[in-house]
Amino acid sequence: MTNFVNSFGIILFATLVYATPLLYAALGSCFSEVSGVVNIGIEGMMTAGAFTGTVVAYFTGSPWLGFLCGGLAGAFFGMLHAIATVNLGADQTIAGTAINMLGPGIVIMLAKILFNSTDTVPLTQAQKIPKLFAGVFDTSTVFGRFMDNVFANYASTYLVFAAVLLVWFVFYKTRFGLRMRACGEHPLACETLGINVIKMRFACVCISGFLAGLGGACVTMTMSTQFRPISIVGQGFIAIAAVIFGKFRPQGALLGCLLFGFCSGLKVVLGGSSGINMHLVSMIPYVVTVLALILFVGKSRVPAASGKPFVKAK
Amino acid sequence: MKKILALVLALCMIFALAACGQKAAPAAAKTKIGMVTDVGGVNDKSFNQTSWEGLQALAAADSSFEVKYLESKTDADYQTNINTFIDEGYDLVICVGYMLADATRQAAEANPDQKFAIIDDSSCADLPNVACLMFAQEQASYLVGLVAGAVTQSKTVGYVQGMVSDSMNLFGIGFITGVLEQCPDATVLQYNANNFGDIAGGNTAAKDMITKGADVIYQAAGGTGIGVMNACDEEGIWGIGVDTDQAVVLGNDHIITSAMKRVDIASQDISKAVKAGSYTAGVHMYDLSNGGVDLAPTKTHIPEDVLKLVEAAKADIIAGKKTVPTTTAECPTFTLG
Repeated sequence: MTNFVNSFGIILFATLVYATPLLYAALGSCFSEVSGVVNIGIEGMMTAGAFTGTVVAYFTGSPWLGFLCGGLAGAFFGMLHAIATVNLGADQTIAGTAINMLGPGIVIMLAKILFNSTDTVPLTQAQKIPKLFAGVFDTSTVFGRFMDNVFANYASTYLVFAAVLLVWFVFYKTRFGLRMRACGEHPLACETLGINVIKMRFACVCISGFLAGLGGACVTMTMSTQFRPISIVGQGFIAIAAVIFGKFRPQGALLGCLLFGFCSGLKVVLGGSSGINMHLVSMIPYVVTVLALILFVGKSRVPAASGKPFVKAK
Repeated sequence: MKKILALVLALCMIFALAACGQKAAPAAAKTKIGMVTDVGGVNDKSFNQTSWEGLQALAAADSSFEVKYLESKTDADYQTNINTFIDEGYDLVICVGYMLADATRQAAEANPDQKFAIIDDSSCADLPNVACLMFAQEQASYLVGLVAGAVTQSKTVGYVQGMVSDSMNLFGIGFITGVLEQCPDATVLQYNANNFGDIAGGNTAAKDMITKGADVIYQAAGGTGIGVMNACDEEGIWGIGVDTDQAVVLGNDHIITSAMKRVDIASQDISKAVKAGSYTAGVHMYDLSNGGVDLAPTKTHIPEDVLKLVEAAKADIIAGKKTVPTTTAECPTFTLG
C-alpha cells in the first residue's frame, strides 16, 4: 500500500513536471492555429524563452521578471513569424522551420558572447521560480509525502492551470475569441464584416510566441538551473501533437499534455523497479500518444483556413 | 548516369588535390596538437571542455606547444575535422569521446604516420598509431560510494545512470561496491534513464528515490543528471556529481563531492609525450595512481573521519592492496546491467 501511494504520488508529480512546459507551449499553439496560422516554430520560441528567462533572472535576481522576459523573447520570435507569414504571406511551414533554426542559433551565439560558453551560469534557488507549499506537508508520513510530491509544486505549474481556464474563457466567451476563431475558419467573411484579419492573426501569433516562451522559461527555471543547448529538445513538437490530439481546443490540449506527462511518469516508476526492458519502457509515452491519436481521438478538424495566407480583398 | 557520376568524382578529386597543394611547410620546433570534439562541443562542461582547458593550460605554460580545436556539429564532421588537422601537419590529433572511434580508426589506418589519441575508447588499441586514453571510472565511483555509505542515515542511497553499456556500468559497479562496503545493509535504488538529456526524467527519478527514503544520490547521466542534482538541492539531500567538480560547475551547495575524471591531465600527458618523443600507442589507463580519476576538490561537507577513510581506501587501491570490481558478476547488487 505504501509503495502504491508513493508510486502514485511520483507519477502525479512527473505528470505535472512534464506537462507544465508543454501546456504553456500547447496553449500558444492553440492561439496561432485557431486564428489560421500554422506555427511549427514553437520549439524555436521555447528555446528563446528558456535562454532569456534564465539570463534575466541571473542578472536581475528576479525569477518573475525572468519568466516574463522569457515570454517576451518568445513573443519577439512570434512577431518575426507573424511578419513573415501574416504580413508578407510567406509559407507558414517554412517560416516556422526557419524560426526553429534561428531561435537556437541566436541564443547560442548570445550565450557565447555573454558567458563564453553555450550554457548559462546556473541560477541559485532564490533566482528560480519558487515552489508553492514547500515544507508545508510532513514528509515523514506516507500521506504527507504524497501531498508534498503532488502539491508542493512550482508556482509556474499552478499558473498554467489558471492559464488554461483563462484561454478557454477567451476562446469561447469573449468577442475576441469568436473573431479569432472566425479568422481561422473563413477570413474573407470576417473581413466583409469589418474584422481586421491581418491584425487579429498578427496578435494571435505574437500571443502564441509569448506562451511558448513562458513554456521554455519554465523548463530552465524550475527543474533545471541553467540553459543548455539540450534544454529544449522536442518539447515544442510534442506540444503541437498535444494540440492536434486536443482538436485545437485548450481543454483538449490540457488532456493531451497530461496524458503525455502521465506516461512519462509511468516510464520512470516502471524503469526504476520492474525488470521490464528499459528500451520498451522508454517508448511508453510515445506509443500511448500514437495509440490514443489513432484509437480514441477520431478526426481532428483543422481550422478551415489554417495554413493559407490571407490576402486582403481589393 | 555513371559517366556523370565519374565526372563529378573526378572533379572532386581535382579540387581536393588542389586544396592539398597549399599545404604549408611545418613550422620549426613547434609541437602542434589538434583536438576534435564530439557533438557535445567545446563548452560541454564535460570531457571536451576539460580536455581543451588542459591543452590551453599546456600551451600557456610552454610556448613550444601550439594547440587548436575543431568542433563537430554532427557525426559527419568527425572525419573532416580529423583530416583538416592531418592536412595541416599536426603532430598529434586528439579525438574526444568514443563517438569518434570509427572516424579515428579510418583516419589512423589511412595515415599510418600520423599520431592519434582517443579519449574513452579502447576499440582502436590494436592500431600502432592510436593512443587510447581510458579512465578507471569505477575507482572514483567507488570512493564516492564510500562517502555515500558513510553519510547516509536512512541507509538508502540512489544511483541514476544515463545509459547501460560496459563503460557506463563501471560507474554503478564501483559506486555500489563502495556503498555496501561502508554500509552493508544499505539499499541502493537504481534507475537507468536510457537518456542523457531528460532533465525532467532525472528530476522525477530523484524524487522517486527521495520518496522511497534515499538521502544520498549519485548520478552518471549527463543532462539527465542535472535534473537529479537539482532535485537533491531542492529537497535538501546530498547529491554526488560526476566528471567535473559539479558543486562548482552547477553552483549547487548540496553536492557533497564529485567523482572526477581528469581528461585535462590525460590530454597534457599525451601531448608532452609526443614532444618528448616518448609517444606510445595502445591503452593508457588513467586511474587513482596517476591522478587520472579522483574525488573533486569540493569535499568540505564530508565529515573528517569519512574523509580519512576515503583517503585510506585510495592509498590501498594505489598500493594495489585493493581492487575495485569491474564486472556485474562481481557486484550482483548492481541490477541495471
